Amino acid sequence: MISTVYAITLVGIGLVIAVFYFVIINSKKTEADYQSITKKWYSVRSKWFIFLLALGTIITFASLNPFPIPDQHKEYSSNDYQVVAVNGHQWYWTMTPATVKSGQPVEFQVSAADVNHGFGIYDENLILVAQTQAMPGYTNKLIHTFDKPGKFKILCLEYCGLAHHAMITELTVE
Amino acid sequence: MSTTEVSSKIEYSDSEDRNALIAVKSHLIAGLLVFLLMMLAGLAMRAAQGTWLEIGADLFYQIMTVHGVGVVGAAMITSTGVQWYFLRQYVKLSNGVFWTNFFIFLTGVVLILGSIFVGKYGGAWTFLFPLPAISMGAWSTGAAAVFQLGLLVIGVGFLILYLDFGRAILARYGSLSRALGLTQLFGKEPVDYKHPAAVVASTMVLIVNFMGIAAGAVVLVMGLINLFYPEFKPDALLMKNLIYFFGHVVINATMYASVIAVYELLPRYTGRPWKTNKPFYAAWFAIVFMVMGVYPHHLLMDFPMPAWGLIVAQVLSFGSGIPVLVVTGYGALMIVYRSGIKWSTSAKLLFLSMFGWAAGVIPAILDAMVTVNRTFHNTLWVPGHFHFYLLLGLLPMLIGFAYFLAGEGDSKERPKAVDSFGFYAYLIGAFMTSMVFLASGANSIPRRWAAHLPEWIGFAQAGTIAASLVVLGMLLFIMRALISLPGANNPR
Repeated sequence: MISTVYAITLVGIGLVIAVFYFVIINSKKTEADYQSITKKWYSVRSKWFIFLLALGTIITFASLNPFPIPDQHKEYSSNDYQVVAVNGHQWYWTMTPATVKSGQPVEFQVSAADVNHGFGIYDENLILVAQTQAMPGYTNKLIHTFDKPGKFKILCLEYCGLAHHAMITELTVE
Repeated sequence: MSTTEVSSKIEYSDSEDRNALIAVKSHLIAGLLVFLLMMLAGLAMRAAQGTWLEIGADLFYQIMTVHGVGVVGAAMITSTGVQWYFLRQYVKLSNGVFWTNFFIFLTGVVLILGSIFVGKYGGAWTFLFPLPAISMGAWSTGAAAVFQLGLLVIGVGFLILYLDFGRAILARYGSLSRALGLTQLFGKEPVDYKHPAAVVASTMVLIVNFMGIAAGAVVLVMGLINLFYPEFKPDALLMKNLIYFFGHVVINATMYASVIAVYELLPRYTGRPWKTNKPFYAAWFAIVFMVMGVYPHHLLMDFPMPAWGLIVAQVLSFGSGIPVLVVTGYGALMIVYRSGIKWSTSAKLLFLSMFGWAAGVIPAILDAMVTVNRTFHNTLWVPGHFHFYLLLGLLPMLIGFAYFLAGEGDSKERPKAVDSFGFYAYLIGAFMTSMVFLASGANSIPRRWAAHLPEWIGFAQAGTIAASLVVLGMLLFIMRALISLPGANNPR
């Protein structure tokens, strides 16, 4: 997912650069009849607009179906889900238990004791695999299935004061 | 009122015009100087993350706080200078109110600087409730209060200015919908291709900023009460909604205020008209709602948010890219294509701003998708997209306008070597700064971390080099602004 999004961004920015460069190198010559330019490019613009609308519609349906955030009202049964209670404090995490099994979904019940924190799960290559906000007064349910064992890191992803960057702990996946 | 009458310009006395020009220059010079200082702050943070500069976490987060609030403030005051300069040509604005806002703004700046560097407030410019009240002894309640009071004071100043905008627009056009061009869009009046884009854009900015600042005032007052009466505990998610609504609207609106310079100046440089028409009005009408509706894309990882709110945020985030890709950026490409334009530094910067805005849309839209946000939220991808917008979109509009006001835009001479050098240093530096942030985000590096893990230090060092180039380019721009702007006559 991450590399796809990055690749789309690079290609997209590259295309915009190409279009602007094309116009810059074609800016020196003077075409006195601006109306003929606008007439031609207004018709292209209509198609471009329809293309963007169609693209937006497809992306919306494809990316929101199923809805990417777990249902917060659902009770996740203890037979199917491992439950981990997470609490963010200035500036440490409490996580019970701190060891889970791979292959079976985990329900992280994430809250905060003082201010807003961000519960980010990083794999052994320091790549972010899942996250949710940790908020005082709320418990966010984050569902994640680890597909392989390893030592994962929990990093704080919401600025929470002076030792925000030191709020790191470890999650073991067996 | 006939349409030709509506399109004619307002007459002021010579002394009013002289005073107005001084006021606009003051806004520009003050704003650009603050930008330069904030770039130095940004450079210091990148250098600290890259282990090239040793600063304590407390100072780092104070710098981070001043960087955030300083950039937003500078963007607001400078873009307002640009907007006011053009809007007063079409509606009768008060110099006194404009100056009043400027001095209220400076008062707020003093309060905020005091809270950060004397009071050691380091709770980030977003003052995310309840962090200002719970610092674990890093800063006092008083420091947090003065910071929020400073923001409140600045907001009040802008609300006063917008009242004057609203009064003047209503006096001339009768209603906000007429000023926005809606009567033309919906066929109640014939289309007037000379209806000023500055009026359309300013009406949009007026509406959204009035709402945004009002929400900001509400959340600031609630935060202030909580500081002194901790038993008053507003809901953390409600506060988050209000803060991001306020924050998103005010920073986003600076782009829409500044783009007036593009609408006004590119036609001047190309000799071609930028006509307002139905697609233009439709785009700006949509922008009114989209700028206010997209803010929950900051809350996609707040799972208790209603799903419909997040879906609306995703859809509107995509939607808000369309006006720039289809109307404004596209229009700029058309007007420049085979126009024989003379590439003055002002023209280059204004055209660059269209690139920055159009290209910056891409990482922004992607991150506003719920599924993408799960692995990009609060990584350096986020500063990546907004540095793209601000360094390559907003600032080129503002600096391009400053060059215009300095008389460079209409000059027959080629740009001076120092300007060209400044332009390319800035362009390369700003592009690299943004791209390094995006690459860092794609490597999951979190934002707002005073100290980076060893694996991330290379990115921060590349970012430091890029930021140095930005500072170099900006220094040259500022020197030019300080030398040429004060004595320059108003370009006619």
